[in-house]
Amino acid sequence: MTTSRRKFIKISALGLGGLATTSSAFKMFGVNSYLDAAVKENIAKKFIRSATYCEVCFWKCAAWAYTDEEGSIKKIIGNEDDTHCNGRLCPRGTGGVGMYSDEDRLKTPLIRTTINGEETYREASWEEALDLIASKFKDIKEMYGPESFALLKHGSPGSHLEHLFKAYGSDTIAEPAYAQCRGPRETGFGLTFGSWVGSPEPTDIRDTKCLVLIGSHIGENMHNSQVQEMSDAIDNGATIITVDPRLSTAASKSKHWLAIKPATDIALLLSWMHVLIEEGLYNKKYVEQYTLGFDQLKQHVKPFTPEWAYGITTIKPDEIRKTARIMAAAAPSVIVHPGRHVVWYGDDSQRERAIAILNGLLGSWGNRGGFYFKESLKVPKFPHPEYPEPKWGWEEIGEKYPFAQMGITSEIVKATLKSEESDYPIKAWMVAGTNLINTLPEREKTIQAINEVEFLVVIDTMPMEITGYADVVLPECTYLERYDGIRSATNRTPSIAVRVPAVKPKYDSKPAWWISKQIGERLGLGDYFNYNDFEEVIEWQLNKLGTSLDEMKKIGVKNFERTSGPLFLEEGQEYEFYTPSGKIEFYSQQLANKGFDPMPVYTRHPEPPQGFYRLNYGRSPMHTFSRTINNPNLSDLKSENTLWVNPKVARILGLKKYQEVWLKNQDGIVSTFSIKVRITERIRWDSVYMYHGFGHNDKKLSRAFGKGVSDTELISQTVIDPIMGGTGLRGNFVSILTENPHKTSEI
Amino acid sequence: MQEELFTSGRHIPHIDPSLEIWHWPIAVYLFLGGLAAGILFFAALFYVLGKDKDYPAAVKITSIIPPIALSLGLLALVYDLTHPLFTWQLYTTFRIESPMSWGAWVLLIVTPLSFLWTFSYYRESFGNIESKLNLFRRFKFLNTFEAFVIKNRINIAYALIPLSLILGVYTGILLSAFNARPLWNNAILGPLFLTSGLSTGAAAIILLSKSVQERHLFGRIDLGLIIVELALIVHMIMGYYAGSQVQLEAMELLVGGDFTLMFFGFVVLLGLLVPAILELIELIGYKVPVVVPALLVIIGGLIFRFVMIEAGQLTRYLY
Amino acid sequence: MRYAMVIDTLKCVGCSDCVVACQTENDVPHGYCRDWITETVNGSYPSVELELKSERCNHCDNAPCVRCCPTGASHIVEGGVVLVTANECIGCGACIESCPYDARYQHPDGYVDKCTFCHHRLEKGQLPACVSVCPTKCMYFGDLDNPNSEVSQLLKNRKYKTLAPEAGTNPHVFYLI
Repeated sequence: MTTSRRKFIKISALGLGGLATTSSAFKMFGVNSYLDAAVKENIAKKFIRSATYCEVCFWKCAAWAYTDEEGSIKKIIGNEDDTHCNGRLCPRGTGGVGMYSDEDRLKTPLIRTTINGEETYREASWEEALDLIASKFKDIKEMYGPESFALLKHGSPGSHLEHLFKAYGSDTIAEPAYAQCRGPRETGFGLTFGSWVGSPEPTDIRDTKCLVLIGSHIGENMHNSQVQEMSDAIDNGATIITVDPRLSTAASKSKHWLAIKPATDIALLLSWMHVLIEEGLYNKKYVEQYTLGFDQLKQHVKPFTPEWAYGITTIKPDEIRKTARIMAAAAPSVIVHPGRHVVWYGDDSQRERAIAILNGLLGSWGNRGGFYFKESLKVPKFPHPEYPEPKWGWEEIGEKYPFAQMGITSEIVKATLKSEESDYPIKAWMVAGTNLINTLPEREKTIQAINEVEFLVVIDTMPMEITGYADVVLPECTYLERYDGIRSATNRTPSIAVRVPAVKPKYDSKPAWWISKQIGERLGLGDYFNYNDFEEVIEWQLNKLGTSLDEMKKIGVKNFERTSGPLFLEEGQEYEFYTPSGKIEFYSQQLANKGFDPMPVYTRHPEPPQGFYRLNYGRSPMHTFSRTINNPNLSDLKSENTLWVNPKVARILGLKKYQEVWLKNQDGIVSTFSIKVRITERIRWDSVYMYHGFGHNDKKLSRAFGKGVSDTELISQTVIDPIMGGTGLRGNFVSILTENPHKTSEI
Repeated sequence: MQEELFTSGRHIPHIDPSLEIWHWPIAVYLFLGGLAAGILFFAALFYVLGKDKDYPAAVKITSIIPPIALSLGLLALVYDLTHPLFTWQLYTTFRIESPMSWGAWVLLIVTPLSFLWTFSYYRESFGNIESKLNLFRRFKFLNTFEAFVIKNRINIAYALIPLSLILGVYTGILLSAFNARPLWNNAILGPLFLTSGLSTGAAAIILLSKSVQERHLFGRIDLGLIIVELALIVHMIMGYYAGSQVQLEAMELLVGGDFTLMFFGFVVLLGLLVPAILELIELIGYKVPVVVPALLVIIGGLIFRFVMIEAGQLTRYLY
Repeated sequence: MRYAMVIDTLKCVGCSDCVVACQTENDVPHGYCRDWITETVNGSYPSVELELKSERCNHCDNAPCVRCCPTGASHIVEGGVVLVTANECIGCGACIESCPYDARYQHPDGYVDKCTFCHHRLEKGQLPACVSVCPTKCMYFGDLDNPNSEVSQLLKNRKYKTLAPEAGTNPHVFYLI
């Protein structure tokens, strides 16, 4: 049977791990610190600083890595000139040092092998591993066509590999950041304003008078400049309104916290529109000039009174009216924030549409204190031959979802599963920088798909659950040890930032650009990689942009003047939005044409059955998903997650503070590990909450293994957004077990 | 409901969740210091009163204990230091506000004095040991040195009376000076530890005494000290009871918490009340093996130090 | 000159950047920290209040740790900063026992260690590492003796509290509330 073929292997075998123990052993005999008169601080040390931008999350703050005389990275400090961080990194950026120093890192290429009937890994040379991978690339191309090799990726390494895949002839590319995260908002806002929200979000939070957060937990998500601006807004006396069933950190900073019943947000949004329109509080000039379909909207929201919404959301009508009036009073300096991780209940594009429409009614798009017109700099492409035209790719795979604008990971999983009868058979995967096991819902399907593929290569810096399923594992060096593409992101003003290696790669790890080039050359695609070192590519691009690598090494970040016009609309300015009508579309003909609701409607979502609690999850400010849990600096701050439980629930179930419990979801899936109970008034009695990313089950992660519970593991039900294919993740319910369910099964 | 937690995950060794900075060596050190102080006090006092012939155990025999106790105590203290190679730094300065500094200096003076005291009675009281070691025959200078010490014995005694009292009080003040630990932070602890030290000293004398008269006298002294000690303990608990939230919580540890059994069972009942009753019974004229109350007092004194050190580190300010 | 830190609890999100920055700046060993974040929750759902605070040594005027130190290793320097000289410290632990904030710990090398307000940075005219990285800019640092300094102005114009004032230590980390 093939199912056990790709048995998960804990990367432990054969020759690894010796290094980890030596450093502590030396300490016992080494320097006798006792009579060493110097106070141990790195005060006197001389540092060399090198320019980089952070890769611990997607915000990509520009920073300086400080290296001491011995060539080890001591600290990372934000670049003062960078608009993403303003010289201040978040805890993960500051703790990026730990990504480099983590002794659990992948150290050499590994190849799956069978010794005495046991599947395990053996260390391999790069030469051997790359040859093997290249031969698989060739095989797949010959047997099925290049399209059957899929790339699933996240972050900077992804772009190098994307280049390789496109050169090879595959556009079967996707990242969880779309269908498992922010996809619906891009679609919802795209359909309304004709523009993606993008990253960083073009929200003018620092100058806003009113910030409305719909389940968005800024401050727990450390989207750096956004957090900084929320702080500025607090200083400026802005009113913050937070809609969240949980007292998030942001909710605790809010003047109005609307403790909404989960899964009812659209009702509240419609009711707010109702109040704005019925009370005549909406931004009339703006609506008249820039929007389309107001009359239909007015008609549409007429029945959605605050009293109607109260019955659904449990938010008092007074409270709804009051907050709507506050928004209107602040308009257009008001932001109803689109959020970021918005795949909740499967009608997420519609909820995002509602948020977009609300912003339209308030006139915040294109106004100070609302949304600014973002701009980025176009980095010229390093010359290479045209990419071949693939026969099919991510668009065809996701064709069921007409408004999907990026590859849908979950559809790639599906296409892999039924590849025999599929028009788009996927036969091999490359996974880079994303731990799919802890990223995609419905874990069982992911593992099934992994069992189906003929070849799986994983590129990562750390052993993760996904690396245990690979046929070949390639150790990537961290962002501090490599060149990468120039960062050019959207912002108020365009800017570029470079990443220069602060130190040589540790162990036998290599940068993704090198890996791509090596594979490419073995495939006869050398023309696409017409350089010896990626440094040359950046140098060429920087020269085209009117600067140089030398200059950029000294300044790290370069800011440019805007060329696309002012940040905000001028009074009465003509402006054409990138929608079919050129207007902000309250009524979406595009949606209607495809048979979807042209204006958002509220639908009821399932509620937890008796004895079950809705599983909510979110970010801890100290971690980026599952990838930083083992980081020595960050695991110091938070090494495990806890299960937030309302005291009432704790009383009913007889739970004690920090008691260890296990969770079982509606499909009978039981958490692998236990989680400690946190009894707190910050959460409702119908939900439980935990930080995402914990509960690693790879033993090689010495700090992260077995700490807490993985929410992803318990998300076995998803509701697919029919508009863009996002996987709604918040419809899972868990019961709390106080006895270890694994004890009996093991006997 | 109020909830307090560390968001940034504090798990500092020996600090979180509650202090474990001072361990058993400190309790032993405080106990031995108190014991030595008690014995030295009685020895010096009875010598000054000219009763060294009547009470040989108090003045001469038991004096073998303080040098050993103080040496062991110091060893215990140094054992609990985490940067011990720098111990000499104690003697580069005198910090008038630091009980620890006071203690270091007092010990520096008392310990040699206690050795001298024992030395001065070495040939008189421990002749059997000397007959084996023959130290005085081997090292001639010891004879002149002994003569010098015996001549100055009265001066040593005069010095030891205040010094032993300071030492005894110091073992309590060391703890009571910590405002941050509500259980310790009360002025009673100095006199209480002194009394307890004197009491264990008296008990040690009873143990080593061969004369009924001496045992009776120290039985009476010990009884008096126990009564004072009990009064001070009541006083201490009343002090907590009248105090702030943190002190109430500190009291809770002793009165209705993890340390109740240790404190009331072993310290108050077995270490004070039972020996007091036994000593009383003996004084009335019944036959009681005096070893029993004396040992109980000594063990009670030791447990008392353990309880105070451990429980004290659990108490802290709320904010 | 009297250095003080002022922390705005209305802005702090408890991200713990101050803790990591301190760790990397001062080579604080893993498992230890010189500063930390506390979270206090009051009330009952849905009228709940949450306070987040970055805490550290309070560099008290009436510093019990300095008074109880038998060797003078714990001392106060210009600006009211409480420091420990590692090679004068014997590791007796008295200062740890004396601190109502539990702000001190025994470094694995034996001596007692704690927040220094980044004294080595102050000497170069830089802010403490924690203050300089804080993404919410909720931390302020400066001279209380200068009435025009940011910290003086904040304490003049805003409501504030200190930690365990009843311990009588006269702490110099202030929390705006």
